[in-house]
Amino acid sequence: VTDQEKKLYYLEGLPLPETPRPGDTPAPWKGTRIVGKAVPRVDAYERVSGTAIYPSDVSLPNMLYGAILRCPHPHARVKKIETAKVKSMPGVHVVISGQTPAADLPWTYSSSGIRIKSKLFDPHCRFEGETVAAVAAETPYLAWDAVRAIDVDYEVLPAVSDERSALDQGAAAVHEKGNRVGPSHSYQRGDVAKGFAEADVVLEENYRTECEIHTPMELHGCVANWDGDRLTIWESTQGVYRIQTNVAETLNLPLSKVRIIGHYMGGGFGSKLQAGKYTIIAALLARITGRPVKMILSREETYLAVGNRPPSNMTLKAGIKKDGTLTALDFTCTGTGGAYPAGGTSLVDWQVRDLYKCPNVRTSCTDVYINAGPARPFRGPGHPQGSWALEQMLDALAEAIDMDPVDLRLKNISLYSQARDGQPPYTSTGLSDCLTQGAKAFGWKQARKEIAAAGKRGLIRRGVGMAGGLWAAGGGRPPSTIILKLFSDGSVNLNMGASDLGTGTKTVMALVVAEELGIKPENIQIEHADTGTTQFATPSGGSKTVPTESPAVRAAAISLKQQLLEIAARDLAVDPATLNFMAGSIVSRNDPSKKIDLTELSGLKKQGVVVGIGYRGPNPENKVTNPFAAQFCEVEVNTGTGEVRIIRFLGAHDSGRVMSRLTYDNQVFGGITMGIGLATTEARILDKNQTGKIVNRNWHDYKLPTALDVPEDMVSLPIEPDDTEANTTGAKGLGEPVTIPTAAAVANAVYHATGVRITQTPINPIQLCRLLAEHRKEG
Amino acid sequence: MKNDQGHPEKKPKFGPGITRRRFLKTMGSGAAIAAASDTLTGYGTVKAEVTRPEEILRVNLFINGLRHSLVVEPRWSLLYVLRAKLGLTGTKVGCERGECGACTVLIDKVPRYACLTLAVEAQGTEIVTLEGLMHGEKLGAVQQAFAEHDAFQCGYCTPGQIMSAEGLLRSNPAPNPDEIRRAMSGNLCRCGAYAHIYKAIGRAAELKDTKGGAS
Repeated sequence: VTDQEKKLYYLEGLPLPETPRPGDTPAPWKGTRIVGKAVPRVDAYERVSGTAIYPSDVSLPNMLYGAILRCPHPHARVKKIETAKVKSMPGVHVVISGQTPAADLPWTYSSSGIRIKSKLFDPHCRFEGETVAAVAAETPYLAWDAVRAIDVDYEVLPAVSDERSALDQGAAAVHEKGNRVGPSHSYQRGDVAKGFAEADVVLEENYRTECEIHTPMELHGCVANWDGDRLTIWESTQGVYRIQTNVAETLNLPLSKVRIIGHYMGGGFGSKLQAGKYTIIAALLARITGRPVKMILSREETYLAVGNRPPSNMTLKAGIKKDGTLTALDFTCTGTGGAYPAGGTSLVDWQVRDLYKCPNVRTSCTDVYINAGPARPFRGPGHPQGSWALEQMLDALAEAIDMDPVDLRLKNISLYSQARDGQPPYTSTGLSDCLTQGAKAFGWKQARKEIAAAGKRGLIRRGVGMAGGLWAAGGGRPPSTIILKLFSDGSVNLNMGASDLGTGTKTVMALVVAEELGIKPENIQIEHADTGTTQFATPSGGSKTVPTESPAVRAAAISLKQQLLEIAARDLAVDPATLNFMAGSIVSRNDPSKKIDLTELSGLKKQGVVVGIGYRGPNPENKVTNPFAAQFCEVEVNTGTGEVRIIRFLGAHDSGRVMSRLTYDNQVFGGITMGIGLATTEARILDKNQTGKIVNRNWHDYKLPTALDVPEDMVSLPIEPDDTEANTTGAKGLGEPVTIPTAAAVANAVYHATGVRITQTPINPIQLCRLLAEHRKEG
Repeated sequence: MKNDQGHPEKKPKFGPGITRRRFLKTMGSGAAIAAASDTLTGYGTVKAEVTRPEEILRVNLFINGLRHSLVVEPRWSLLYVLRAKLGLTGTKVGCERGECGACTVLIDKVPRYACLTLAVEAQGTEIVTLEGLMHGEKLGAVQQAFAEHDAFQCGYCTPGQIMSAEGLLRSNPAPNPDEIRRAMSGNLCRCGAYAHIYKAIGRAAELKDTKGGAS
């Protein structure tokens, strides 16, 4: 063993995975040496040292700063824009608006096939924060001075700010054709009337979740630079190729003239899957001034114009037999994606349709327009909302038939997707393991027993709650192309187009390479998220990046190994089929003396590099791959002040194989933290009776969970079903399922503690005090 | 007496001979106040009072052990000067209104929001940014602990988290869990990495202990 090998390779532990013949699908890993282990991220150094350059950090020579004037009214028509005096302000280089010919560009808002044509600067502003004009100046301070100095004459129009009254007679019209986005979306299986007739207990309840804003820590924005007719944009994005398409289409450029770079990005949660108007505006300002332009939005702008999780108004009626068999679910929802088509009720009914076994289900969702910023996908779109209704209803049903809430859910597990055509089976269903193992690890029965024994006495009341869940996607799919380059010293370059949102994508892929090739993750250089230099990838959303990319990475590593075996066979003058790939060397199975170190391979020396290409294979036919979840929590409620303290949380997740334990646990805790926000603090508030403006457009008034709001006692319990069908790494999506059941679990725990059912988010002291007072009066 | 950050109360210093009140008085033109009120009232309504170029001031800033002499507009925040003028982009922009802590730096050993500190106000203080915790290419103890415990996801709030943790450990080398949570409550993490951050700070305290408190 050479010193170099000692430095480069793991020589201990299990042998490397078998290398299949070219074209064969590799068998699932039986055991893994490094995949799934708790190793620090491959880019931890960059992220903690400050050397990671986020788009917000990019600074180019001669760079200007852009800023956008946004409509201050929820509904208005721009009559006149006066910019003459702005142009002469010191340090101001350009002002553009809809009146600028170069900026008179079309912009389409669309969702689920409904498209509305608008403009980059549309004089008809249908939401507060719509773009009106933009400037570029020497400093951001001067740019904002200029924005404030632009005089705009607005005709203020009547606005509608509440989706619950948007379809009322006399409601202001967001669009000429009215406030319905389209016909209501309906789904039905079985016969709900028959189901309710068969039920021993029927319950009905109204639920509401408030609108949430993503507010990733890094502001939305970019730096745009032209070299002649070639445009480069450093964008804080979840998918560089999607941005490239958006920009090329809007500016009518060939894709080859648009390069998008997004190596690091400071969080997106679905709000950075697409280019913003700001991206195009930055490119225009840069083209007109002939200088690079940095356009980073203010925090306030991110509350107005770059997406949200729509509010959901839900009614759920459910029927159940005394033995816990669900007989019928009838669900309706009204929501809004804001002023344009944006999936205001997208997937809100999915949990009801698909999670628990029920023969008779009917759902209907109505999406309406209001004068507010358009929604964007937000971590598990629709799912936490539907979970809020369904999981609280199951809790109430369990109580009504005197059954443990965990047992009730276990009674209604489905091994196939009921809501999809043909009802295809899941490749794996870890839901019952999530429930049983989660309950055991949490001490569910014991906790309920102790709380029951203590009785509902005293100011401080304890309660435990739980919820199950699934995520409708998370299986991944083609396309994905990965290129691996093995250098002559045995170290590797991994090339992929996908972004790493902070979920650990780069680390997971490095571990896959390390697993197959027996090299250390730190000897893998990663090049990613750059349309100029890396392979095409779909944006990182839908919890699909790991199940999409990791099988392609594995395929690339295997292709590399196969080529190395061929090269070694020539050097050793043996049949390649008799050779084994060991860590750092290749050995004959028949004659151990026939052995060659990778770094000695003549072909590798001569070429300098061997390239392995991997593609993502197809998913299994007529099957569905979904992640499953169960979460458990304990709360302490101060019945005097209405304060809820969350004492502990446990997340039991079936997301297939754990690929990297540290980043896995981090996702689980992060999803729970975000769910605690939905449950207890987060709500966009529109001044619906007067101005229609957002009144809490900053982190002071719109509160995120802080270090004081999440429990110290958080447990991540991975449930790893051996999913050999999903894909060749057995991984399923994780990023979204981790936040789906959280809010409902908190609500159920608060009910358990107090006997008060809270059907509207957020569970804050104001609401809880009022409900506790009503409860005492009734009691 | 402890402040919000859980550290012993210290009077903020504004350098030799400059108090906050006197600083505002010296800037009698009201530029600083005008700039602040613009931010509060939103766009399109307030006529900004623009500082003329000839009104720029020369300041000396002592950052990460080095003295920098530069000219600034009175309204420029320390955050803007660190990032745009000195290239110290480890300090991040999150809200520019003292809500998120992404811009946390140490000013005279106390964690402060660089977005709410004017560059002129920071004269005469000792400023430490994330870059100042490095030993050449080697990570400091808190940075090392954050890497080991995966105490971040996207990493954007991380510099601020690390600086708050550094400030905590400098004033309280062995914090208990409650002290850690309180000290970190001024730093938002939208990815929700708090659980790992708690662990990392415990580990950082150990690492510092073996290094005699060095960062």
